[in-house]
Amino acid sequence: MSYVIEGRTGAWEIVVGLEVHAQVISNAKLFSGASAAYGGEPNTHVSLIDAGFPGMLPVLNHECVAQAVRTGLGLNATIHLESRFDRKNYFYADLPQGYQISQFAHPIVGEGKVLIDLADGGQREIGITRLHLEQDAGKSMHDQDPTRSFIDLNRAGVALMEIVSEPDIRSPEEAGAYLRKLRQILRYIGTCDGNMEEGSMRADVNVSVRKAGEAYRTRCEIKNVNSIRFVMQAIEVEAARQVEIWESGGVVDQETRLFDSARGETRSLRTKEDAHDYRYFPDPDLLPLVISRDWVEALKAALPELPEAKRLRLEAEYGVSRYESGVLTAEQAVADFYEEVAKASDPKLAVNWMLGDFFAALNRTGKSIDESPVSAAGLSELLALIKDATINGKIAKDVLEAMVETGESAAEIVERKGLRQVTDTGAIEGAIRDILAANADKVAEYKSGKEKLFGFFVGQTMKAMKGKGNPAMVNDLLARLLAE
Amino acid sequence: MSLDTRTVRRIAKLARIGIDDAEAEGLARELGGILGWVEQLDEVEIAGVPPMIGTGLAAPRAREDVVTDGTVTGGACREAVLSNAPDRVEAFFTVPKVVE
Repeated sequence: MSYVIEGRTGAWEIVVGLEVHAQVISNAKLFSGASAAYGGEPNTHVSLIDAGFPGMLPVLNHECVAQAVRTGLGLNATIHLESRFDRKNYFYADLPQGYQISQFAHPIVGEGKVLIDLADGGQREIGITRLHLEQDAGKSMHDQDPTRSFIDLNRAGVALMEIVSEPDIRSPEEAGAYLRKLRQILRYIGTCDGNMEEGSMRADVNVSVRKAGEAYRTRCEIKNVNSIRFVMQAIEVEAARQVEIWESGGVVDQETRLFDSARGETRSLRTKEDAHDYRYFPDPDLLPLVISRDWVEALKAALPELPEAKRLRLEAEYGVSRYESGVLTAEQAVADFYEEVAKASDPKLAVNWMLGDFFAALNRTGKSIDESPVSAAGLSELLALIKDATINGKIAKDVLEAMVETGESAAEIVERKGLRQVTDTGAIEGAIRDILAANADKVAEYKSGKEKLFGFFVGQTMKAMKGKGNPAMVNDLLARLLAE
Repeated sequence: MSLDTRTVRRIAKLARIGIDDAEAEGLARELGGILGWVEQLDEVEIAGVPPMIGTGLAAPRAREDVVTDGTVTGGACREAVLSNAPDRVEAFFTVPKVVE
């Protein structure tokens, strides 16, 4: 499990903490009535508040607060009943107010923890330092004109949750697992869609390296990494860069860097001196945010079942394995689909078919579970036909394919194509006798000890019966007839 | 508390306000005077008194999560928002290029 970089002077371990910016799912922005929807014609989702017009006052969107509290509860974190908003002052063209309203000294959510799943099946706990609410900035476009940058304020003022982890992460794999788990929790609760391509989830990555047992060394912050894969790559190359510096007698400077995915390297973002003097102070336009214990409890009571709890329940209720429960709960919709099928047919059969042929069919057609060409009821019907021995497993695979193609039900396809399993002893025995008679030489070989020919006879019989023989009966009868 | 001109120039820089050395000296005196006046508050005994961050009389106003501005005003908002833009291109604000 432990990840180390073997340097010339020995092994180095890496220390990583992540700051994730997650865009809150809400209709309107954090402090204005403008739409928070992604996209939109430039500068149409903007109010005079977002544009920083003089005299405009921010009014807090209560739903954004509820979303932050829900997320905090999902991260097993302390909820602060009193929090405050501060101004973080800096100048940038896509920040019309000249400050970002954020929560610096008194965030709404305090310490929590996330349990991450590792490839070897193990789990590790990653600490959450805090979660606070803040405004997003607008968007600058630098490639539209040779001398000018274009500014679109649609995103300015949209609510973000900044979720800060403890420096508990020790490998690129753990960083990936942490981000996946965080995204899964946010999606389950419905507080962020976790869509990294659209920028609704972005990560700042703090990386340092050290020899085992040492205190922390200087860290660098890699800003705004927008995919899980890039976060993992950035950690790897940044850690290697720092090891090289320390080992050649240098000193790592604390600085902000960016990850260039095309070149696979991190580069210093030269910042002017004073750039990080944000001169935080309490926003005089906003009173302290006070929420009640009762309200928090009501939000908690209304939370959906979270991934880990769902996983344990599926294992207990349906007897699925640890691995299977992980796959089934990766998305809420998959777990819901599974439970519907498991209840209507057979839990074991359901998990085998979903993780096997059903997912394969989704992949082949490029559909998500929500757009599945076969409904949960449809799959249940197919599995019921296997269970009551109407069709065998081999035929069922063909039926599923036909269901995906035609949209017909399993029963319709079985009837139309005449795929009912043959369980009539006489019919099966007849088919076997024909095969044995036609292959007298092979029967002789079998009887003189070449027992692996048994599979050949099974294959020939099934072929003669167009795959419709009941496999168990074919095996039994064949064994009996060959022993005659 | 007195302010030196170095501090004044730093504050001016952070606020993106251009001042020359003569102005810095004058501002150091003026700002120092303001700070000195406010420092009278240090004479008040506040041990054991929690910081006051509001009057406690007004509950913070909150809004419902409803879109009331922007597109719903039929695009008029965009015109208002862009009305003072000195170098508008179509629906965008523009600024001198901010990356190399």
